[in-house]
Amino acid sequence: MSHHLLELENVTRQFQVSAGLSRGRGGAVVRAVDNVSLTLEKGETLGLVGESGCGKSTLARLALKLLDPDAGTIRYNGQDITDRSRSTMRPLRRRMQMIFQDPSASLNPRMTVGELIEEPLIVHEIGNRASRRARVSELLSLVGLSDYHASRQPHQFSGGQRQRIGIARALAVNPELIVCDEPVSALDVSIQAQIVNLMQDLQTGLGLSYLFIAHDLAVVKHIADRIAVMYLGKIMEIGPADRLFENPRHPYTRTLIASVLSPDGKRRQAAPATGDLPSPLAVPEGCRFHPRCPHATDLCRRLDPALQELGEGHQSACHHAASLPTIAPPEAKRQQPTPAERRMGLAIQARS
Amino acid sequence: MTDPKTPPLLQVEDLRVSFGAGAHETRAVDGIGLTVERGRTHGIVGESGSGKSMLSLAIMGLVPDSGRIASGRIRLGGRDLAGLPYREMQAIRGKRIAMIFQEPMTSLNPLYTIGRQLSEAIRAHDRRASAREIRNRAIELLRRVRIPSPERRVDDYPHQMSGGMRQRVMIAMALSCGPELLIADEPTTALDVTVQVQILDLLRELQDETGMAMIFITHDLGVVAAVADEVSVMYAGRVVETGTARNIFEDAQHPYTLGLLGSRPRLDRNLHRLPTIEGAVPPPFDLPPGCRFEPRCAFATPDCAAACPGLRPFGGNHLAACFRAPVKEIAR
Repeated sequence: MSHHLLELENVTRQFQVSAGLSRGRGGAVVRAVDNVSLTLEKGETLGLVGESGCGKSTLARLALKLLDPDAGTIRYNGQDITDRSRSTMRPLRRRMQMIFQDPSASLNPRMTVGELIEEPLIVHEIGNRASRRARVSELLSLVGLSDYHASRQPHQFSGGQRQRIGIARALAVNPELIVCDEPVSALDVSIQAQIVNLMQDLQTGLGLSYLFIAHDLAVVKHIADRIAVMYLGKIMEIGPADRLFENPRHPYTRTLIASVLSPDGKRRQAAPATGDLPSPLAVPEGCRFHPRCPHATDLCRRLDPALQELGEGHQSACHHAASLPTIAPPEAKRQQPTPAERRMGLAIQARS
Repeated sequence: MTDPKTPPLLQVEDLRVSFGAGAHETRAVDGIGLTVERGRTHGIVGESGSGKSMLSLAIMGLVPDSGRIASGRIRLGGRDLAGLPYREMQAIRGKRIAMIFQEPMTSLNPLYTIGRQLSEAIRAHDRRASAREIRNRAIELLRRVRIPSPERRVDDYPHQMSGGMRQRVMIAMALSCGPELLIADEPTTALDVTVQVQILDLLRELQDETGMAMIFITHDLGVVAAVADEVSVMYAGRVVETGTARNIFEDAQHPYTLGLLGSRPRLDRNLHRLPTIEGAVPPPFDLPPGCRFEPRCAFATPDCAAACPGLRPFGGNHLAACFRAPVKEIAR
């Protein structure tokens, strides 16, 4: 039987919030990740979306064992790594790497780009000086930079180029799994597309698996094979990307999709969520989305729904998943493309 | 349509904002024109380095000391603000033009309650009001930006509020003197997507109630499409295309606008690969000699590298700065 590349089973992680000066009693507990199960296959991209405080970054760190779970099991290639110590994790670290949101904050400004990309090779004691240099130049070309960039420092690069350096660093040790935490959200629109394309090319060329965390649904839909939607520490819906967008079966997913503002200026139907995200310190009883949910019933206020299978790996944690009204498919495309679309086509043709 | 006799609320003409002098002079804003009508929203789209934030600071009279308005006019209801002494500008800022920013937390003082900070804004332009009256006005402002139980929240400190609530407070503060023009510089960029929609709705509703005009600065074309009546697209310190939202989103002429529109992934279609604009925005001290977009443009011809195109009309108020528009074929 083949194994999942990465498997999280009922993983929970909580944090003690310090009591502060004014309160005498012990601090509250935030359950950042609450009984989450998910899998990632070889060569697959799993998108993880959710708003701030939903626990997506904590989940990323758990997946890489940069944090230890309080409960649950983490398996990598079928091996249980939940209780592995730092030193026994070390050989595995070569196979799992991370790309961060802000490339300028994750690159040491005093090091040259060559040194930055070589560093992971030194840490993992790979090759000798000459072979490492050769690898650095190979990596630079892989991410669309040139050999002469190796002697420059990060501040001499634009945001997009810095993200390329971050990607080269992650690729240096030949990983199988890359956890990407908002890799394009700090970049300009025209640069985002370049980096997304680069990541897709690298995936095809090197057989990488991505756990791709982002709040931008349009980007996630474009890059991910499957998508998991998180809300206050819990997975609310998970499924194949197309299915999730065509037929979302959780009101929160519908809210997120309705919040995407597209340049055609037409907003999707489905009622936007009312109110703010509750504090993770005070997760509502029952279904945690019920105070903002237009479909909430008494059942939702009492009982926390579990994920239920809807077919083809599509799961939703909503009591009313099956009976939610169907949403009309996005309005039929105009017969005639707009003049702008025709010109865009021309521009696209010019690039290829 | 507006009456041709009444001048637009804001008219920026040929504005240049420079830093440094002589050979080291760089122009963050280089010859920009902009018209904002009463009660309308003008969206300004651009990437980092396009000069969009500097333009808004210039309108507010807040160009940093290292820079200056080198030329041009900024007319507010016929009066030129560009050369106005500091004290006179002070009276206009806040009262006639107000501004909100991306990160409300950095604009709010963490040590004072929001009520006190609102009071400060109210008192700055009305020295005679009593403490009681000011507090009531602060509560009323919070109510207007739809903050639930404003009588209680007025005594909150900023850290007790969510990001969306803090942005509502900033909006309340900006509205405190009933400005004719609100400049919003990426006001929803730091917010979660579901909250972003709420803030955009709020701004629209407040605009309907007060009739104020807005300049809405953002890098996000989706946000512009949701709020703007008119749109200007900026690139490297210049406006490359301007027109109604419909002009820009359905009949874009400039290759840069087309590139921006095309490179966003969309929910309503599946693309195998995202179209990109190659390269990056040039820094202001190293601009190409001709059209600033020429090095990245798929339609560029040798002419484009020789001279910088000016804005040309494409019907109505739709203008684009491109020699090749309307593009029909790719340059070889």
